[in-house]
Amino acid sequence: MTETTPPRIKVNAPVSAPAAPSSAPPAEKPLIETEKLSLSYGSARALKDIAIQISEKLVTAFIGPSGCGKSTLLRCFNRMNDLIDNVHIEGLIRIAGHDINSREVDVIELRKRVGMVFQRSNPFPKSIFENIAYALRLQGIKRRHELEAIVESSLRSAALWDEVKDRLHTSALGLSGGQQQRLCIARAIAIKPEIILMDEPASALDPIATAKIEELILELKQEFTIVIVTHNMQQAARISDYTAFFYLGELIEYDRTARIFTSPAKKQTEDYVTGRFG
Amino acid sequence: MNATASRSFRTSRFDFGSFLFTGLTGLATALIIGILAVILLNVLINGWSGLSLHFILGGTEKDMFDVRHAGVLPMIVGTAARVILMTIFVIPVGVITAIYLTEYAHSTSPFTRIIRGAVNNLAGVPSIVFGLFGLGFFINFIGQNMDAVLHPQNAAPIWGKPALIWASLTLAVMTLPVVIIATEESLKAIPQGLREASLALGATKLETVIQVVLPQALPGIMTGGILAVSRAAGEVAPILFTGAAYYMADLPKSLTDQFMDLGYHTFILSTQSPNVEKTKPILYATVVVLLLLTFALNIVAILIRARMRKKLRLLA
Amino acid sequence: MSETTSISKRSVGWMGLKRGHRAHPLEWLVEKGIFIVSLSAIVMVFLIFLFVAREALPIFLGTMNSASVQNVIPVADMGKLTPAQLQAYLGLTPKQFADMDDETKKALMEVKVEEAKEASKDRDAAVNTTSWRYMLRPFQWSGYSKPVYIWQPVSEIQKYNIVPLLIGSLKATLVALLFSVPLALGAAIYVSQLTSPRKREFLKPAIELLAGIPSVVLGFFALIVMATVLQNVFGYQSRLNAFVAGIALGLAIIPVVFSIAEDALTSVPRSYTQAALALGSSKWQAAWKIALPAAIPGVFAAVVLGFGRAIGETMIVLMASGNASIVSWNIFDSTRTMTATIAAELAETVFGGQHYRILFMLGVLLFVVTFVSNFMAELVINRLKLKLEGKQ
Repeated sequence: MTETTPPRIKVNAPVSAPAAPSSAPPAEKPLIETEKLSLSYGSARALKDIAIQISEKLVTAFIGPSGCGKSTLLRCFNRMNDLIDNVHIEGLIRIAGHDINSREVDVIELRKRVGMVFQRSNPFPKSIFENIAYALRLQGIKRRHELEAIVESSLRSAALWDEVKDRLHTSALGLSGGQQQRLCIARAIAIKPEIILMDEPASALDPIATAKIEELILELKQEFTIVIVTHNMQQAARISDYTAFFYLGELIEYDRTARIFTSPAKKQTEDYVTGRFG
Repeated sequence: MNATASRSFRTSRFDFGSFLFTGLTGLATALIIGILAVILLNVLINGWSGLSLHFILGGTEKDMFDVRHAGVLPMIVGTAARVILMTIFVIPVGVITAIYLTEYAHSTSPFTRIIRGAVNNLAGVPSIVFGLFGLGFFINFIGQNMDAVLHPQNAAPIWGKPALIWASLTLAVMTLPVVIIATEESLKAIPQGLREASLALGATKLETVIQVVLPQALPGIMTGGILAVSRAAGEVAPILFTGAAYYMADLPKSLTDQFMDLGYHTFILSTQSPNVEKTKPILYATVVVLLLLTFALNIVAILIRARMRKKLRLLA
Repeated sequence: MSETTSISKRSVGWMGLKRGHRAHPLEWLVEKGIFIVSLSAIVMVFLIFLFVAREALPIFLGTMNSASVQNVIPVADMGKLTPAQLQAYLGLTPKQFADMDDETKKALMEVKVEEAKEASKDRDAAVNTTSWRYMLRPFQWSGYSKPVYIWQPVSEIQKYNIVPLLIGSLKATLVALLFSVPLALGAAIYVSQLTSPRKREFLKPAIELLAGIPSVVLGFFALIVMATVLQNVFGYQSRLNAFVAGIALGLAIIPVVFSIAEDALTSVPRSYTQAALALGSSKWQAAWKIALPAAIPGVFAAVVLGFGRAIGETMIVLMASGNASIVSWNIFDSTRTMTATIAAELAETVFGGQHYRILFMLGVLLFVVTFVSNFMAELVINRLKLKLEGKQ
């Protein structure tokens, strides 16, 4: 480092797990693993030889400048990239030991276990109750009292119950942006997935709503494994246990969050987290 | 130098070219709308006096060219019958095709392009050719074969002649593109995020289409149906040989009956009346009824479409 | 699924994952059904062409012969013919033949012999008027001083030259295009480039409302009102002619040309016109020099589609063009189009006869013409779309 070093970003105290050595794979049991994962849209390479292990019941953040492939990688985990024509995937993705791209895997079942929250909240144009009940009915849950019980518990887990308990049957589109996003989170957790993928969930929200969502994530972490893509580095520093830095489709560095933000191993990482580019 | 600069800013040059150009094109627009207004007003003014309850509910047992005696009930019934029958055929086929094109088809597949091409071509086929098709296919091929199988003894054809069912089917083929295009438009307007949300929750594509996408597309489908109806109600060429009749003693009772029709009647009154002046009142009155029908439907469709667009903007 | 809640599923963990794609059989069936139904559009286009061409096939193959003087079979030889041969000779449909008794058949044969005797006096009778030579090229019929094109199916010697009809269709269409394209284009430029978006919301549907008027109403209006007015203004001879029909036809295609041209002009990226305006050009200069040239492919497609629509239109020309099948390029003469001919004459024809088949042949011709013009317009529009997407 030749120039004066810009101020470091403040990092919260790391989470419960013991500190691991600074070299790559974390010690906790990996739930998601990839090996030499490459993805291309037609002839354009979006991901190059990604090898990453994501641990159970932790928050892992993907950071990097726009177009670096972090969202693309996220969408690999629940095979949402299948919806795009011309996508070609090489390499292995394992979740709980199963290769999720193999022919034997039922992608519908996969998506019930790997939930997703999108950048722009997308509640169905139905009532708040129906938004969550829709997902439950897909599972075969039909009885009214069961539906009501799970809807309530999901809304509570999403810290939305108190605000909407009196208007469960009004349209979800009447909620504010932040509330809609929390509804989407409630909807995603209602079916009790193992993993929740979040693609820039707070990027369209104001700071107060963002703070609420971040609080929510820290709570949800006790029950779910969370992978969050964010372009907001401070957010990653605030809420994640592990952080992966991507650049132009490659995984540059992956380590405990504290490390990444205080003493990253690669210069590129340091340049990014200190704001020299991006 | 300063003076000239400020002067060129302050004086407004009269831009003759701009004036002329805007004026001409504005004139074109006004002319078109003006002609439309003239036609509508002329028809309404001349035809309004002929309208009465008797006219709408009466038939043509007596002199059909005299407005004091004749009525248009058989024509209204005939037009309505063929159009309602048509929607039963065209809406399911059109909606399903549109669903395939928007939700399932790969944009690069040659199949998709052929289907799209076929839809566009269907939209351009002249209406009289549809009439020939109705005659050559429905009546001469299907109808006659049905007669051979179902009524081999009968000398007179039952299915193999102009009939309500064949006219309706011909119109269904003709208006298929209208329904397909309107439905596609409404499906495309639904934000992709909704589909992604549903799929990410573990719904299959079919479940997503039926439970999330289709309910949103209903206003658009309705618009398509109404436009198809409005278009078909006014068409005469396709029904000339497939079922329209100059005069029928009774209202059509079965699918194999012929029927009277508002548009066809307008044509007959215009070209085959023995005394043009005497026929004018009833002619105008008939046209008013026809226009009210088609126009009103058109406007309803446009209104639904406008409201739908506003609602979808909320979603996006 | 079990009735217990999904919490129990969690205890199963990831085990249900590897069941293969559980393609529910009903769903698979429904999705296949959706695909099959959507092929209907293609099937329809094929069927239309097939069944219209089927009726016209003998004309295309040249297997029909309308000459009255053919091989005449003496009545005494009636027994020597097989039923099929006899039926063909007498020109009957199978049903008619089956219903007829022998006495009638004999009488018909005698009639044929009589006809042949009379017809042989007229050399025209030996002509097969359904051959292509007579349908397209002029011929000097007996009693005429020079070769002419005549469409006269209802006469002793049926004449099926289609040239008068082609000219009629072209005349009316040309008038329609000359009248409507400048108006529709002018309005499209005005509405898309020169007015505020709020006015556009009102003007665009107002013009497209013209499309909601059924063609029979336009025909009626032309026949009853416009014909008189235009005759008073221009002072020509025949009240109903190509001019009147052409103007009414133009009214029918204005919405078509307007819609497509306006769409083309609006989809010119706003950045182009804004760049021009930022450089100091006036609104009309931006429209004329930047937007219009960029939208030329769309405008071209609009005109082509308008042409296709005009040439295929039936009711307006049937009611307003005068229906005289003569060959003349004067637009103020009464004229007859292909579409009107089909509409007016089909009801009078004998099923399976020459007249019937030739009318179907006209239908095939119309189908091909509109198919080709639609195809061309689509190619142009697709290339326009690709260009816009490529640039963006």
